[in-house]
Amino acid sequence: MSEAAFVKGLLLAVPASFVAVHLFGRLGRLGAVLGIAVGIAAGLAATALLPSGQIGYVASFVLMASIYAVLSLGLNVQWGYTGLFNIGIAAFFAVGAFTTALVTTRMPEGPLAAFSQQAFGFGMPFLVGVLAAGAVSGVVAWAIGRPTLKLRDDYLAIATIGIAEVVRLIFQNERWLANGPQPLRGIPQPLNCLTQTDGCGYLPAAVNAFFSPLTPRDYPFVYLAVVALVLVVVYLVLERMIESPWGRVLRAVREEESSARMNGKDAAAFKIQAFVVGAVIMGIGGALYAHYMVSIDYSHFDPLYATFLIWVMLMLGGSGNNRGAILGAFVIWGIWTGTASLIDEIRPALAAISSDLPARGPYLRFLFISILLLAILRFRPQGLIGEKRRTS
Amino acid sequence: MTTAPRSSPLRRLADLLTGASGLWILLAAVAAAVVVGSFVQGVEPQRLLSLLVRGVMLGGILALGAIGLSLIFGVLNLPHFAHGELMTLGAYLAFFLVLLLPSGAPLGPFSFGIEFLIAVAVVAPAVGALSYGLDRGVYRPLRARGSAPIYLAMSSLALAFGIRSVVYLVWGADFRFFYPGRARPAFELFAGIRVRPDQLFILGLALVLIVAVYLLLERTKLGKAMRATADNAELARVAGIDTERVVAFTWMLGGSLAAIGGAMYGLDAQMRPEMGWWLLLPLFASVILGTIGNPYGALAGALIIGIVWQVSTAFLNPAYGPGVAFLLMILVLLVRPEGLFGARGKRA
Repeated sequence: MSEAAFVKGLLLAVPASFVAVHLFGRLGRLGAVLGIAVGIAAGLAATALLPSGQIGYVASFVLMASIYAVLSLGLNVQWGYTGLFNIGIAAFFAVGAFTTALVTTRMPEGPLAAFSQQAFGFGMPFLVGVLAAGAVSGVVAWAIGRPTLKLRDDYLAIATIGIAEVVRLIFQNERWLANGPQPLRGIPQPLNCLTQTDGCGYLPAAVNAFFSPLTPRDYPFVYLAVVALVLVVVYLVLERMIESPWGRVLRAVREEESSARMNGKDAAAFKIQAFVVGAVIMGIGGALYAHYMVSIDYSHFDPLYATFLIWVMLMLGGSGNNRGAILGAFVIWGIWTGTASLIDEIRPALAAISSDLPARGPYLRFLFISILLLAILRFRPQGLIGEKRRTS
Repeated sequence: MTTAPRSSPLRRLADLLTGASGLWILLAAVAAAVVVGSFVQGVEPQRLLSLLVRGVMLGGILALGAIGLSLIFGVLNLPHFAHGELMTLGAYLAFFLVLLLPSGAPLGPFSFGIEFLIAVAVVAPAVGALSYGLDRGVYRPLRARGSAPIYLAMSSLALAFGIRSVVYLVWGADFRFFYPGRARPAFELFAGIRVRPDQLFILGLALVLIVAVYLLLERTKLGKAMRATADNAELARVAGIDTERVVAFTWMLGGSLAAIGGAMYGLDAQMRPEMGWWLLLPLFASVILGTIGNPYGALAGALIIGIVWQVSTAFLNPAYGPGVAFLLMILVLLVRPEGLFGARGKRA
């Protein structure tokens, strides 16, 4: 086994261990030790057995699916636990992505300033960007939630379509804010220096030496570990919140708002809190996305990719269940990327029907995903793993 | 609210502002702001008047979508998120037929030939029937299962994206024009107001259709049943109205009007697969402004939204048109969520 494969295996072991520890959770401390051992073994085995091209594909697949899982968890707070119909996920996704981009990049200087504009650029570290993304996204949610959440449920849905469109229009047309229709480039990748020959100046030499076999092409493995960590933190925090009295009130508001109100709960206030919490998580998801993409523009936040796909993930996995939200993200992202290669396979057949069709192949996937959502709503509205029964 | 003493002038002012008149005051304020804004920006009055006429035309197009959306919202308690896609589909199907039919000479000053009118006349009932078919295939099974209304709304969202994918697959993502390359000169109507003949045709057709809808709703038994069901579905059922029949006709009427509206939008501007999604926001803004379930309110709302949208382009990037409609809708939700014609506290 090469040194690089060993390091990559250990990085893959991070998400694998999380899953294994979770599965062995019932065994207590023994389960944790066992889980980490299994995770490391799985990570090393994967890099040892699979060719390096395929293992790179696995890493970037798990990475994107994990980012979508964060977004899906955010939606689960709003829809799954509180019953808020937000069809403007793209708004919070985009606000998070652009916020971290502006906070972590520096103002363009010299000749670059002539063709790249942005309102500000603080050059702050990754974590500051992620937290700012969550905060700004939460503020936007509060502003939109306050007038609409007191009204009937449909109004929120309509208003969120509006906010998503307005956010997209702003990032498309306002050059001064985030480089208008052109992409905003150069978003820093956290710990990217580990894959460079010089290593990271702020880390001990031993750490840099350990990661020195990695080349810049291996960056997804590093970022995968970062994203997996964020996903686990978000998941654990949410589980705690949902099991708390606060989470119980959310479910009460969802099931029967009038009786929650009769018991002295301010239903509108709880709805706004859930809406903001969900939006903060979506903003964090947007930030994770931006740092992976390096350059982003308004077209990344089309309602098809940035809202609809996430809805299908949550509905398939099981709304009202955080594990379902994560599972749905992985399954749908698998279907999504899998059908892409399937459509590549049937390219000749498509060309036989019409010469235009192969280029339009991606839309077959959207059609399939739409039909899938209709089928879920009709035949299995609770999703793959439905909500846990609770007696409280 | 009624129990509070009504003598204090402040109280009376608050009541006035949150009552139906408050919304009219708000709209007057928006109109005043527009006039002052364009005066400050030095926009010529002629341009403002031309935009006003264009706004009325756009309002007519929006009304064709909004009337059906409002009736469906009222009758089925369903915010029909696929309504914009019915407009897209109407436009593209008409485009398909126009290519298929032999191309005639332009009719008088208009840019289109007789084949366009034939295409629209064929497509409207077809999309109406398709809407009803979708109700039978998608929404009715869910209603029969007793699914929560929000699941029907989500299904309509899935249908919206599904229909849009089909449009992408068949016609591609590019702009389409009914008559590419045909000159569409504007001429002076009077007092320096410049419009294109097509736009006057669209305005006229919208007026004729709206009058027809008015007669249908006011003079026929079916129309009265539709209005009654849209106003209060449970009460209508108790009164012995065959609500399934009303549902069927609501879809046919709503789908046909939306298809015509879409084709007219395509004639005036251009066709793109996303056009329905963009129009959805102004449509819902019109419906909420004019009170859900009230087709005449939807008409009034659509005209107001259309005018504000167009006139705002005098001093704002035209790309923000749907955003202006959205802003107006949020203001309405803040001031008076029941809309212009709703009873206080009845629906919101």
